[in-house]
Amino acid sequence: MAEVIVRKAELKALEGDRAVTEAMRQINPDVVAAYPVTPQTEIVMEFSQFVAEGLVDTEFIPVESEFAAMSSCIGASSAGARAMSATCGPGLELMWENLWVASGLRCPIVMAVVNRSHAAPLNILTDQTDMMGSRDTGWVQIYAENHQEVYDNFIQAVRIAEHPDVLLPIMSGHAGFVLGHTLGRVEVLPDEVVRNFVGEYKPLYSLLDIDHPKTFGAYDHWDYFFEHRRQVFEAINNALRVIPEIGQEYGRISGRYYGLVEPYRLDDADAVIMIIGSGAGACREAVDEMREKGTKAGMLKVRCFRPFPAEEVVKALKDKKAVAVMDRCACFGAEGSPLFTETCAAFFNRGLRMKLINYFYGLGGRDTVPSEFCDILRELSQIAETGEIKPPLVRYLAVRE
Amino acid sequence: MRLKNWKELETGVVILEPGNSVLYRTGTWRTFRPTIDMEKCTHCMFCWLYCPDGSILVKDSKVIGIDYEHCKGCGICAYECPKKAITMIEEAEARKEEAK
Repeated sequence: MAEVIVRKAELKALEGDRAVTEAMRQINPDVVAAYPVTPQTEIVMEFSQFVAEGLVDTEFIPVESEFAAMSSCIGASSAGARAMSATCGPGLELMWENLWVASGLRCPIVMAVVNRSHAAPLNILTDQTDMMGSRDTGWVQIYAENHQEVYDNFIQAVRIAEHPDVLLPIMSGHAGFVLGHTLGRVEVLPDEVVRNFVGEYKPLYSLLDIDHPKTFGAYDHWDYFFEHRRQVFEAINNALRVIPEIGQEYGRISGRYYGLVEPYRLDDADAVIMIIGSGAGACREAVDEMREKGTKAGMLKVRCFRPFPAEEVVKALKDKKAVAVMDRCACFGAEGSPLFTETCAAFFNRGLRMKLINYFYGLGGRDTVPSEFCDILRELSQIAETGEIKPPLVRYLAVRE
Repeated sequence: MRLKNWKELETGVVILEPGNSVLYRTGTWRTFRPTIDMEKCTHCMFCWLYCPDGSILVKDSKVIGIDYEHCKGCGICAYECPKKAITMIEEAEARKEEAK
């Protein structure tokens, strides 16, 4: 079945941002409200062109800010529409208050986030500080490593968000410029295959159902607020089950299967790098290079950060001798980076003690090249041999000291 | 009243029953209570018009009283009344009087 469709897929050279708009065009959402911001601008630019040319039936709202973009999406979603947006960095910051409203009102909004740093210093280049900063807002968060995943993730995001057991907004992240503005190979599925896969959105309630009027967005006192919050705690954890289910179903139409995490040469590995997003590409190369030199190197790519796939992470890494946890985000004053602290917690809570080190890397668009990953893998091999970690535990990769 | 647990509540803070604000007794917020001197009242309906909570009770075009279940005691009615027929009295004092 998958074979047949894969052969029908069209091979295209697409920029990462265009991989999003291509998926959006095929999904044909009811409403898109977005404000252009570098390096996400191409998404707004091209999708509004699709609207102008009549390639989609979407109501495109050219809003005056990202706050308005998210407000419009919440309104549209409450009305029963399949609503989408796209943003990055400072745009995501401006949406902040409404991110919580979207999850609290259980609006399954799908949003592409073209990962960009936060100012100051002013910088338009990629790191994951934007999405990591909003990790606790009740949005499901998945990240792409390459152009193909940008496209595949965005399509699956619709099904994950709208799943009745989840019913939460979702961010589908990819690196600005590195993926967003570079050309990559993308197998684009036939339009009808994508449309059948996402299906028609059937909202639980609609604001426009005037025969059955309801109250939306009411105030909660201390008597009900916590219970409604408890529902979101439950719903986002349900995504741990739903994301791999959708990933399997997507595999059946595309030949590409997705889970919460993705191991690379991990089975017999001693020295392992754990990483999120586009950095995994260079890391893969480094793993191959070190394997050729006889090091038992491996990688665990984390695709889904929210909800945090603690079980899968522990299962994948518990027998490993040394692990470097890499985070491409600024997160000041914590015990370590977000992926590191959560990974530590996952092991601690299961009574396991691991040799883990933490690297902040690639902030503000700084490239991390395979040789740097090789250095880390070499260090991990030493830790694996000696069982000793030389302090500090938390490091800043390739920063001039 | 037993409050619903999180599994019983509708998803997404939706309330299926419309017009439900009447169930919420905002009158408990009141510090001052408006009282109408019916001898001075001309039924001009200024209080009814200005009341932000729809708490002025009217029957057959006549003011008949105040809905103390929902009146928050803002005092706008007393301020607007052209005949000074509405007086704000301390809620605690009013309750003491009622208890006698």
